Amino acid sequence: MRIGAAKESYAADEALFDTAVQWRWLLAFFALLAIFPFVATPYWLFMACLVAINVASATGLNILTGYTGLVSLGQAAFMGVGAYTVAWLEINLGTPVLLNLAAGGLMAGAAGMLVGIPSLRVKGLYLAIATIAASVIFHFIFANWTSVTGGVSGLTMPPATILGLTLDEPRHLYWLIVPITVLMVTGAANLFRTRIGRAFIAIRDRDISAEVLGIRLLRFKLLSFALSSFYAGVAGGLWAYFFRVVTPESFPLVMSIFFLAAIIVGGMGSILGGILGAVFMTLVPEALKMAVNWLSPWLPDAVALLSPVRVIVFGALIIGFLLFEPQGLAEIWRRLRRQFHLWPFRT
Amino acid sequence: MDWLFFFEISLAGLGTGGLYALTGLAFVLIYKATRVVNLAIGELLMLGAYLFFGFAAGLALPYWMAVLLTLLSAAVVGGAVERLLIRPMLGESPISVFMLTIGLGSVLIGVVELIWGPNPQRLPEFLPTTPLFLGEAYLSSKIAAAFAAAALMVVAFVLVFRFWRGGVALRATASDQAAAYSMGINVPRVFSLAWVVACVIAAAAGMLVGAIGGIAPTMGVFGLSVLVVVIVGGLDSVFGALVAGLLIGLLEALAGAYLGGEYKLLATFSLLVVVLMLRPYGLFGTHEIERL
Repeated sequence: MRIGAAKESYAADEALFDTAVQWRWLLAFFALLAIFPFVATPYWLFMACLVAINVASATGLNILTGYTGLVSLGQAAFMGVGAYTVAWLEINLGTPVLLNLAAGGLMAGAAGMLVGIPSLRVKGLYLAIATIAASVIFHFIFANWTSVTGGVSGLTMPPATILGLTLDEPRHLYWLIVPITVLMVTGAANLFRTRIGRAFIAIRDRDISAEVLGIRLLRFKLLSFALSSFYAGVAGGLWAYFFRVVTPESFPLVMSIFFLAAIIVGGMGSILGGILGAVFMTLVPEALKMAVNWLSPWLPDAVALLSPVRVIVFGALIIGFLLFEPQGLAEIWRRLRRQFHLWPFRT
Repeated sequence: MDWLFFFEISLAGLGTGGLYALTGLAFVLIYKATRVVNLAIGELLMLGAYLFFGFAAGLALPYWMAVLLTLLSAAVVGGAVERLLIRPMLGESPISVFMLTIGLGSVLIGVVELIWGPNPQRLPEFLPTTPLFLGEAYLSSKIAAAFAAAALMVVAFVLVFRFWRGGVALRATASDQAAAYSMGINVPRVFSLAWVVACVIAAAAGMLVGAIGGIAPTMGVFGLSVLVVVIVGGLDSVFGALVAGLLIGLLEALAGAYLGGEYKLLATFSLLVVVLMLRPYGLFGTHEIERL
């Protein structure tokens, strides 16, 4: 039993984790991640890769929306920029995988900065709608810049190769995707222990006060956009290696909404929240699919019901969490932790 | 340049623009009264169209009755949404409420698909179909009738909210909530009123849109253009919504005719970006001054 955490230095206050137990859990989790590909079925490996990609992108959006307070509905479009960059480099230049991913991230970051320019003039909902505009314009570019993006039919790319190894199935790609995601999430968690991260939080809480305190709004808002889009770009690049075909329809507006929903459900402004939300929102449709398979002997047209039910559940999750648990899954987790810490006393 | 063709396209564009203006009005009404940016406006419109489809084709009721029932059910939906979803969110950040309406839109799409299936349907013909000529220019009479109906509703709406007590209460709430409260205006009821009226307007617009282009669960995309309309006009300006509605309708029609269908959304959203950069609060919106 441990009640409270007495902190005796600033370093302790800023630490990522406040107890040794947390480190042990983390090590156990990493061990689990390492063992997973040897025990899981191909289906679960596929899901794990998809979840990891979504976690990376959701964490990026969380930097922008959860920590800087700039709502963006363009995350999928930035993923598209990353995916197209990676696909183009892989097909036309055949540069190394990691270089491609970095380039995809940088391209998306640049695109994000461009889209972020209105963020000084407009904010809140106007900005959200400006990012919708950006994603419409990007979609148009993807569909019509045929010489680079392959137009409507998109780009089909060869599998990733690292050191002569061909990564063409989830079992192999897992070792590319999951470590990168872990790295990016760790980076994001550490970002908020630095000046930059604190500046983001100050801007979120009250941007005018932040400016008075000497934070250059334009610079940090653009930086936030760039970082978040960098994450999206890398995630999009991983996505491209994972599915190996990139079309303009791969990154619809609904996908941006999906990421925003993921961080709402998980908990805005919390790294853990971004992770939990992305995992949850990726797995719920799968759970529904399983439920439908399970029900199909009794309900003959269950499969036809699946798609509308999925859409309803998606919306209902957003509504339910906003109404009843605005801090998201992360808050439920914190409550559980507190419960265990304080047991046998009541919280 | 073929001026006749240009004229015909412009007329058709203004016709659609009338519907944009009408839907924009519903949007602005909700925003003005409750400060909620309602992203589900397109889906509410779709719901209206499907309700009409259900009453007119499914139950085979006469048109006037189907219209009446549609508007009535839209009012009930509006009231329920306000009471169950929006009211509990009072005081939450605008972003949360805005996301809530995204969720609402998703639920509405799912429900409609569940009841009526995902495939596009045709509404029964209730607008006149004889071709109409203005001078030499051809104009689809459906579009003309829809425009006339939209214009009529806009005028009625503006008059009602100019002179009716409820309209006065609404404008008072919009300009200053606290002051309205202290003057004895029942602000929560005004909120309900705004949602009810807006949903009725959206349903009416949905019937007209559906009559022209058929209905499908995806017709909520119409709302995307309406979003551009209200941002360009200014979120809190009725006049702005009307002007921008016609403008965007015209722009879309011209872009579609001269550049190709895929340029429609591009043109409107490019206009949106330009307006946001030049006048961040829209052409006729109020610029809110922030102080610490």
